[in-house]
Amino acid sequence: MIDVSDLRSAPPPPLDASDHVRGDTAWPLVVIYADFTCPRCALAHERLRGAQLRVAFRHFAIAAKHPRAVPLACAAEAAGGQGRFWELHDALFEDPARSDDPHLWAHAQTLGLDLERFERDRRSPELRERVREQTRAGIRAGVAVTPTLIAGSAILPGPPDAELIARLTG
Amino acid sequence: MSVIEAGTPVPEFSLTRADGEKFTHTDLRGKTSVLVFYPFAFSPTCNDQLTLYEEVLDEFTQRGATLYAISTDARWSQAAFKEKLGSSVEQLSDFEPKGATAKAFGVLNDGGFTQRALVIVGPDGVVKWSYQAPSGELPGANLIFDGLDAV
Repeated sequence: MIDVSDLRSAPPPPLDASDHVRGDTAWPLVVIYADFTCPRCALAHERLRGAQLRVAFRHFAIAAKHPRAVPLACAAEAAGGQGRFWELHDALFEDPARSDDPHLWAHAQTLGLDLERFERDRRSPELRERVREQTRAGIRAGVAVTPTLIAGSAILPGPPDAELIARLTG
Repeated sequence: MSVIEAGTPVPEFSLTRADGEKFTHTDLRGKTSVLVFYPFAFSPTCNDQLTLYEEVLDEFTQRGATLYAISTDARWSQAAFKEKLGSSVEQLSDFEPKGATAKAFGVLNDGGFTQRALVIVGPDGVVKWSYQAPSGELPGANLIFDGLDAV
């Protein structure tokens, strides 16, 4: 475990309006940096399901690592523009083999999205820049692998196990 | 063996570039260099490490730093690795004699390969900052930003 206070480069940015957060506000907050193409992130998603944690999701989409990393992150942001970020987030992690464009269109249809707007938004430079900036902020804060959880001042790389989740939920 | 410490002039060394030309300690003069010692081309952690640094390479460049990736792999293997990753970082081979430069920098593993380590060398040819990663750890790019603050 690395402690944020040990780092001089940059702390993780505080939550703002661009963050996607779910869970009871009374529950402990965990920020997760993750990538929709990463199997270990899908495992983290599975393990965090049902935990009494308030989870904020941030993109850690390394373009050179997987050709779909940035496109899927942008697609989730585009769904978020129509109030369906978490629904597409869950669908992408729970059905990781279906991540090509036709699969995204099918997800969009299932979620009742305005497909034309979804298509326009997910290719927009603004969303690409948002994903890029979240990724870079994570890198500057010491995130090196996906998934990485940040809880308080602790940086916790790797999928959380039951013991860690129990510790985080208090 | 431990990584060369800050304040130490870089030792004389000779590495091989992708085109077969030599790269020596004199090539570090006049600029800030980040030497990224990594164990094995194509290994999962090395893949992740170099793709991670690629994501913020422009920020390193803005800070006047040039990255070099160094391993005991042959230059042909490094060239294939670089192409596979789409990496812009120049690869330097410590293959012949194998590990001689890694040994000079204190990062040669007993197994004959490079330990994962970062060394920042100032324009004066003196080590400004160094970090040897524990086995299995991927040193984040934030460490390089921290290290550059020391230059």
